[in-house]
Order: sequence, then C-alpha cells, then structure tokens
Amino acid sequence: MDKNFTARRRRDLIIAAVLAALAALAPLFVRDVYVQNILILTLMYAALSQSWNILSGYCGQISLGHALYFGIGAYTTELLFTKFGVLPWFGMVGGGVIAALIAMGLGYPFFRLRGHYFVIATIVIAEIGLLLFQNWEWAGAAMGITIPVRGDSWLKFQFMRSKLPYFYFALGLCSLAWFVTWWLEDSKWGFWWRAVKDNPEAAESLGVVVFNSKMGAAAVSAFLVAIGGAFYAQFLAYIDPESVMGFQFSLLMALPAVLGGIGTLWGPVLGAAILIPMTELTRSYIGGSGRGVDLIVYGTLIVLISLALPQGLVSLFSRTKSKGATR
Amino acid sequence: MTALLETRGVWQRFGGLVANSDVSISVGRGEIVGLIGPNGAGKSTLFNLIAGVLPPTQGSIWFDGEDVTKLLAAERCQRGVGRTFQVVKSFETMTVIDNVIVGALVRNTVMREARRKAHDVLEFTGLAARADVLASDLVPAEKRRLEVARALATEPKLLLLDEVLTGLTPTEAQTGVALVRKVRDTGITVLMVEHVMEIVMPLVDRAIVLDLGKVLVEGKPSEVVRDPKVISAYLGDRHAVGA
Repeated sequence: MDKNFTARRRRDLIIAAVLAALAALAPLFVRDVYVQNILILTLMYAALSQSWNILSGYCGQISLGHALYFGIGAYTTELLFTKFGVLPWFGMVGGGVIAALIAMGLGYPFFRLRGHYFVIATIVIAEIGLLLFQNWEWAGAAMGITIPVRGDSWLKFQFMRSKLPYFYFALGLCSLAWFVTWWLEDSKWGFWWRAVKDNPEAAESLGVVVFNSKMGAAAVSAFLVAIGGAFYAQFLAYIDPESVMGFQFSLLMALPAVLGGIGTLWGPVLGAAILIPMTELTRSYIGGSGRGVDLIVYGTLIVLISLALPQGLVSLFSRTKSKGATR
Repeated sequence: MTALLETRGVWQRFGGLVANSDVSISVGRGEIVGLIGPNGAGKSTLFNLIAGVLPPTQGSIWFDGEDVTKLLAAERCQRGVGRTFQVVKSFETMTVIDNVIVGALVRNTVMREARRKAHDVLEFTGLAARADVLASDLVPAEKRRLEVARALATEPKLLLLDEVLTGLTPTEAQTGVALVRKVRDTGITVLMVEHVMEIVMPLVDRAIVLDLGKVLVEGKPSEVVRDPKVISAYLGDRHAVGA
C-alpha cells in the first residue's frame, strides 16, 4: 500500500519529466511565431494556475485577486529596471518577495473571513491595487512603462528576434510550479492545507495552526505568481496597469484549475492546455474586439464542467484507474 | 501525583445563558472518566473549554501541571490533548490514511515516520483495511472510529471523546467500548462525554454528572446511578422519590 503511494508519486514525476522533455522539443516543429506565442501563453497560464492552486485549490482559500501579485511582479521588475537599472532577474525575485509579503499582510485581516466573504475581499483588494497603479505618476500611471530595448541577452532577459528564449523560460517556470506542488503535496504543509480546506476546526484540534497554514500557502502562491508577472512584463516589453493587473488575470489563473481539477496536481496544466489555446484561437478567428467572445466561450465551458464533472477533467482519469477508491 | 487535567472554577456565559457555572473537576492519570448529564447540562461546553475551542469567561484550566487557559486548540493538542467531535468532522476529500497522517504530523515531522505512525494507529483501531478509501465513503461507525484514530495519532496524554458511542448499534457500541479500554491500557487517560448511561457506566472508573451547568454528583458509577439527585435530574423528581 505504501508501495502504491510511492509508485504513484514516482509515476507522476516521470510523466511530468517526459511531458517537459516533449514540450522542450516542440520548437523544432513549431516555426510559426503565432503558434509559438500561444504555446508561451499556455505554459505561463499553466504555471500561474498551478501557483494559484496552492492557495485556492489545496488550502481552499479561493482568491479572485491574484492579478494583484501578477501586477506586483511585473511592476517591481520594470520599475527597478527602468528607474535603477537593476537586472530583471533580481527584480523578478524582489517582486516575488514583495508579493509574498503583501499576501501575508493582506492575509492577516482577511484569513479571518470565510467562504464568499474572503473571495469578495480578494476581488476588492486587487481592484484597489489596480486603481492605485492607474494613479501613481512615478510608476507611469495609466500610461504604463515601456521597457527600453537593450539588445537580446539572457542577462537582461530581453529578446526581440526570437520568442524561443521566452518559451524555454515559461516551460521552466511551469515545471518549477508543478514540481513545487508535487513536492508540497507529500509534505506536512500539503497535509495541513488539505485538512484546513476540508475542516478547519478538526485541523485545529489535530495541532494544525490554521491561520499559519493559510499564511504559508498565500506566500508561496503569491511568490510564484509574481515571478510569472515579471516574465510577462519582459515578454510584452510594455506594461500598464490594465495589461498586467486587470481582473481577467485573476480569472485566467482560476479557470484552468477549475476546469482541470481544483486542488489536484495535474488539474491546472490540463486545464490551461485546453483553455488557453481555445481562448487565443477564438480571439483571432472571431476577431475584432473579441475579448467578450472568449469570455463567453470559457464561461460556457466552466458551467458545463461544474454541472457534469465538478471534480474537473482529471477525475476522468482517476476514476477509471482506481474506481473512485483513491483520489 | 497531581491530576492530569483540572478545571478550576470555570464559568462560561453565552449572553444571558450560563452554560457552566463554577465547574471544578479533575481527571487523574490513567483514569477513564465519564462526563454525563441530561441534555443542556453543559457537557459539550465544558468539553470545548477543555479542548480549547473557546476560552472560559472565568476560571482556569490546567493540564499536566501547566495553565493552558489561554492556549489555542492546536497548542493544547501539541501538549497532549486529543479530541473527537460529536458531529464527525472527517477530512472528506482525503483518504483514511491521509486523515490520520494529519494527526501524526504533530509529533513526526518526517513524512515517512508520520505515515508509519498512521499505519500503526489504523491497525490499532481496526481501520487498516480501509486505509485507502476516501473518508467520505466510510459508514458512520467507521467515521467515529476514524475520529478516534486521528486523535490517537497525535499521541495524546488525554483523549477527549465526545459521544463516540452514541447512535451506534449495540454491536458497534461494544466494539467501541473495547477500543476505549484498549486505549486506556496503553496509558492514555480518557475523558468521555456520554449521553447514554447504560453504555458508559460499566466502562468508566469515575463519573461526573453535570446538571444545569454545575457539577451535581461525582463518584463511582455504581454510586452515581443510585444517587437520587442524578435520578431526578434525568427522570424528574417523581422518580427520585421512589428510588
């Protein structure tokens, strides 16, 4: 039985390694820049959703305000780069740390809220963050920041001629977020989080300090999301509040996890692999100011999933394998 | 030797309602103590005060020679207070073994050790065959057992059982009684809240009867059941006169 458990974890790790290796080879076959672009975004959202899943899926604290941490990652990196000449790599880590600290600072009052009230609080806080950045002159206000072109280099994490370096970074980030989740799943934190999600009172009676567990989950989750934000800023080479902190990012982190299977190891990756290409394709084929159309498409999809498969798409796989006895 | 658990002049008020008034009880090491009383006697409130779910309005709670009145439930668990819930609170989306691992992590920070400990506890409580089943798939009697297993995994000095035997079939209750005895034999002190006198009385070393928030009678089970005050609290004055 213990063997089953270890075997399953090893199997997950091997599948992930194979998938990552295959993904790494994808650019050999995909020369089209548009398709490469979709792959990059898919990997990025998979990473973001995986990170969101740590707080909202495993620990059960549903956040619809993670755009705030994404934006903080982007702004920290670009402000440090444009104002002080700090390399994006340091900005990235700095943004992660700041986002984690802010997540804990916000958690202090908000983790006392339960259920819907917590969700509402996260939306409101992210909107406040957006408004602050829209009015913050030094940070470019609503005009945003254009990242100066300094030539292609890994040192400055800037590439104009080819998108491939971004692709490999996004793949790395996605692998990192997956691996962190995999590792945490069989750690005391992973167990505490799932216990807190299922029943905080029982968790507390078993020696789990519920509040601290939530704080830990929030910090890890925000840190990783901010790294994604820093990457996205470099990738776009231009940021403004709406394009890195808009509400749609909060949604696009939550939806893949919900689609694939919330609180599961594979859910976010699976969900992103379906949702993001679909979004991008509808946007380009239906065209125009298609932001509304893709929202309709995945709104419908989520409704269908929650009606037919509330555990997400991964439940299709686990059910056949274990007849619902485990996971 | 001092008592393992002591409540000293504990009061609990909820608005105008006094749930516990001036309750002082003590539980010695290795005892099985039954906390009984009619509905609304304040058993569950006292139980929650001891477990640390809420702080008492007044008075203090001492565990293992330490004043734990201000400690959180989690901190009391770390010091050796394990509990079950009257309305079972399993981690429904987790397997049985994973439920128990959460408890085992209090004393075993290395996952492999926590897992081994959880296995041992499942063997002990007779749930080993159900280890890989989701907690939500257990039948009610098994869920009660899981509550006990989870609490035992925290390696408590004192185990608080909140109506674990209530609502079970006679056979299930008998297995439950056997389990409680087995727990005590490993050196764990047990304080159990029970509603049904017939089940608890043969099991406990000592019974404490609460009524209207106060300690009514305390003593050996055989004496307690014959006490007119207890009979009147449970059945009304008319019956007490006849006794």
